Amino acid sequence: MTPAGGWETVIGLETHVQLRTASKMFCGCSAAFGAPPNTNVCPVCLGLPGALPVPNEQALKLAVRAALALGCTLHPKSVFARKNYFYPDLPKGYQISQFEQPLATQGALSYVSPDRGLTTASIVRLHVEEDAGKSLHDRFPKETAIDLNRCGVPLIEIVTGPDFRSPPEARRYLQTLKQVLEYAGISDCDMEKGSLRVDANVSVRRAGETALGTKTEVKNINSFAYVEKALTVERDRQIALLEGGGVVAQQTLLYDSKTNGVRPQRSKEQSHDYRYFPDPDLPPLALTEEFIAQQQAQLPELPAMKRERFMTQYALSVTDADVLTGDRAVADYYEAVVHAGADAKLGANWVINEVLADAKTHEEQLRVPPGALAQLIGLVRGGTLSQQAAKRVFAEVAERGGEPRNVAEALGVVQVADSGVVSGWVTEVLGAHPQEVVRYKQGETKLMPFFVGQVMKVSRGKADPKLAQRILEEKLPA
Amino acid sequence: MSDPGEALASAKAAADRIVRAKRLNASLTPSKELRQSLTRQAQAAHPSGVLYGMPVAVKDNICTLEFTTTCGSKILEGYRSPYEATAVAKLKAAGALIAGKTNCDEFGMGSSTEHSAYGRALHPFDKTRVPGGSSGGSAALVAAGAVPAGLGSETGGSVRQPASFCGIVGIKPTYGRVSRSGLVAFGSSLDQIGVFGRSVHDAARVLSVISGRDPRDSTCEARDSLRLPTVPESLQGFVIGVPKEYFPPDLAPAVRRACDRAIRLLKELGAAVREVSLPHTQYAVPAYYIIAPAEASSNLARYDGARYGPRFDGAVDVGALYRTTRGEGFGPEVRRRVLVGTYVLSSGYYDAYYRRAQQMRALIAQDFRNVFDRGVDLLFTPTTPTPAFKAGEKLDDPVAMYLSDIFVVTANLAGLPAMSLPIGRVKGLPIGGQLIGQAFLEDEMIEAAYALERVVPAAEDT
Repeated sequence: MTPAGGWETVIGLETHVQLRTASKMFCGCSAAFGAPPNTNVCPVCLGLPGALPVPNEQALKLAVRAALALGCTLHPKSVFARKNYFYPDLPKGYQISQFEQPLATQGALSYVSPDRGLTTASIVRLHVEEDAGKSLHDRFPKETAIDLNRCGVPLIEIVTGPDFRSPPEARRYLQTLKQVLEYAGISDCDMEKGSLRVDANVSVRRAGETALGTKTEVKNINSFAYVEKALTVERDRQIALLEGGGVVAQQTLLYDSKTNGVRPQRSKEQSHDYRYFPDPDLPPLALTEEFIAQQQAQLPELPAMKRERFMTQYALSVTDADVLTGDRAVADYYEAVVHAGADAKLGANWVINEVLADAKTHEEQLRVPPGALAQLIGLVRGGTLSQQAAKRVFAEVAERGGEPRNVAEALGVVQVADSGVVSGWVTEVLGAHPQEVVRYKQGETKLMPFFVGQVMKVSRGKADPKLAQRILEEKLPA
Repeated sequence: MSDPGEALASAKAAADRIVRAKRLNASLTPSKELRQSLTRQAQAAHPSGVLYGMPVAVKDNICTLEFTTTCGSKILEGYRSPYEATAVAKLKAAGALIAGKTNCDEFGMGSSTEHSAYGRALHPFDKTRVPGGSSGGSAALVAAGAVPAGLGSETGGSVRQPASFCGIVGIKPTYGRVSRSGLVAFGSSLDQIGVFGRSVHDAARVLSVISGRDPRDSTCEARDSLRLPTVPESLQGFVIGVPKEYFPPDLAPAVRRACDRAIRLLKELGAAVREVSLPHTQYAVPAYYIIAPAEASSNLARYDGARYGPRFDGAVDVGALYRTTRGEGFGPEVRRRVLVGTYVLSSGYYDAYYRRAQQMRALIAQDFRNVFDRGVDLLFTPTTPTPAFKAGEKLDDPVAMYLSDIFVVTANLAGLPAMSLPIGRVKGLPIGGQLIGQAFLEDEMIEAAYALERVVPAAEDT
C-alpha cells in the first residue's frame, strides 16, 4: 500500500456522528430516519420567526460519553456558535455548532494499524452541532426538493490530527471509532443512513520531510470501502501532480464512487466565510463534575478492555476473544450464554460457528435466546444430543423458537441410552449383515464403525453411539 | 370585571377606539378583522383571569394566532405564525384580549416607526411628529387612550423611548424575565418583550402576567412571575443614583428641568439621591450598533423566500432568489444593518469590531455593578435627550437617529430592568424620566415609580 518513490501520505479525518436520541438537538421532533419528507418538523427546526432552540439533554449526555470514551478533556464551559451560510436546506441560514470553545479537546483513540500495529490517533476536538436538512436533486426534473426531517438532528464532530499514514490506516481508525461509539450506545454509526459521515484532509510529502504538504479536503465518502478508495485516488493524484512538476491546489474535492475519481467542488460552494459567533439564544453549556461522573458511570466496558477480560476470564484465544468482542451485542450475548451455564469454550465455539453464521443470513439477528443455547450445549455435553442432532435443533429453535429439549423430542432426535432398546437395534443390524459379521470375526475389526453407523441408521440417529459400540463389542466376540 | 357581558362590551369599545384612532396608522389590523376577533376572544376569555377583558395591543413582531405577524416588513407580508408567543399565550390565559397588531419599525430597527413597510405611525398629540420607535404603534395606541396597555419589544430602548415620546409608562424587564419565544428575533442577546400602560400599575400588572419561566426559551430565567409591589408611603431607605454621564451639556433644557424637578420630588419622598458615574457610557451606542446588527445579520438570514413570506420571483437559481427576495423584501434600514452586521462578523474584522464591542459591553455592565455594589438601589436619568422629534427629521441621518437612544441602550447591553414614566411636558410634548434597576429587582424599580407617579405633575409644562 505504500506509494512508490519515497512519498509519505498524511491524512486527518473529520467524522460527523449522529447521536442516538429519540428527538432532535434543539426541539422535540423525532430524529428517526426514513419518515415521509417534512413530517418530523416544528417551528424550531423549521426556523420559523420567533422560535428558539432548547438543548436536548440526552444528546448532551451522549456527547459527553463520546468525549469520555475517546479520552478527551471535557471543558466545564463550552459555547454554542452560529455557523452562517445560505443554503435552502438550512432554514435558519445558520447551523448551531461550536467553534472557539468546543465541548472537548485533546483525546486519543488506539487502533491496530495494518501497517504499524498498535497506534494512537489524536483527537483534536469533539463538538456538538445540529444537522442540516437534505436537498434532493433527483426527485423532480430540474427542481430541487428539500426534506427538513434531518434538520436539527444531533451530531458530534470528531476531528483527528494529521495522524494517518495510509488509506487503510484511516479506514481502520474509522472502524475502531465506530466500534467504540456503537459500544457506548452513542450512535448507530450507519454510513448508509448517514449516521456516520467522514471528510478527509489529504496531503503527501517526501519521506523524511517534517513540514506538511498542501492538503485537499475530500468529501462525499459514503461507505467504509470508499474511504480507502477515495483516499488512495486522491493520494495518487497528488503524487502524480507533484512528480509531473505541478503543485497541489488547496481545495475541496468530491469523491465520485461511480468513476472512482475526485472532482473539485464548484467554486461557488467554496471559500465560505462562516462568520461564526456565539449563539445568543443559548447560554454557555456548563458541565458539572457530577454530571460528567454520571456519564462516566454510564459508559460500558469498551472493546479493547473487554477483549482482554474475555481472554483471562474465559480462557479464550485472542482470535476468539476478538471476534466475540467486535460487537457489543455479540459480546453481551456470549456472556449471557456462559452465565446461563454453558461451558465457556464450547459456548465460544457455538457463538462463533453457529450463532454468527445464522445472524449473517438473518439481518444480524441473534435468533436463539442465550438460555436456549446454553441448554442445547448442555444437552450435547450430557449425551442427550449428538453434535449433528444439536445443529438440527439449533436451526429449528432459530426458525420457530421453543425449548431445545422439547424441540429435540419433537424432532425425535434425542439419543436413546436404554441398553435394551439399543440391544434390539444391534441384533437387527447383525442379522441383516451376516457377511460383515463373519469378516469381523475373522479379524476385520475396522468394520466396527460400519456397524455403529448401521445402528445409527436403523435407529434414525437416536441411538447413543457409545452405548451402541459397547453392545456391538459384547455381541461380536473377536 | 368578571361578567362575560362586560368583556364583550370592553372588546367592542376597544375596537371602536382603535378604529377611531386609525389616522395614527398605529394598528396594522384591518378594522373588520379586529372587531370579529375581539368579539370571539371576549366570548372565549376566561372570567377568572387577572386581566379578564383587558384589551392589549401587541407589537407586530410578536407572534399571534389571531392576526398576521409581519414585523412591519414586506418580507413577512401576510405571514401567519402557526404558534403564538409565550407572552401572548400568558395574556390570553389571564383573560386579556389581543387587540390587534401594532405598527413598528421593520424588525424593530428604528427609533421613530418611520421604517415600517406599512407607512409611518403618527404621534398622538402632534401628527407632524413621530411616536418614537420601534414600538411606536403600541405606544401611540395606549397614549391615544385606545387601549389601556400594549406589548412592545426592546433591543435598544424601543419601549422606553416611545413611552417617553408619547407620555406613557414603558417597562423593559431584566433580560430573561419574560420569554422571548415567539418574539421575532432582532438582536437576541438584547431583545426583551416590554409593556406599555397609561399608569405604572397597568404596565406592571401586564408585565407580571407575561413574566416567568418558559421551557421554550433557554435564556429565560427559571423564576416565578414578578410579584407586584404595593404603592409605598415614602421612598425612605431608597438610594437613588444620578449618573452624571446622562446629563450632557447639550441635553434639551426642558428635559433637564423636568429631571431636576423629578429628582427633587424623589428626595422629598425620602430617597437619598447621589451623583454617580458610569464611565463607559460613551461606548454604549457604538457597542450597540455593532452587536445588534451582528446578531440581526444572522437572525434575518432565514428570510430567503424559500419557505414562507412572499417570494420576489423571476429568479433563475437559488442565489438569485435570495438576492431578489431579500433585496426587495427588506427596507433600507434593515439592509443597512444586515450589511453592517455581516461586515463586523467577517473573518479579519471580527476581532476589531465584534469582539471589542463585547468587551465594551462587559465594561458597561461592570459600571452598573460597581454603582449598585456601593449601595445604590436605582438610577434616575432622562429617557431621551429631547422630546418627540419631527417626522423625516432624522430619516436621512442614521447616526442622529441612533443617538436618540443614547440613554436607553445601556440597560439592554447590561440586561438590566428599566422603565420610562412621564415627568412633565414642553410645549405639550411629553418628557420621560428613566429608572434603571438591578437585575430581577423590577419590584423595587416599580415601587419607586409608583411613588414618583403620584407626585409628579406629568401633564404640566416645565
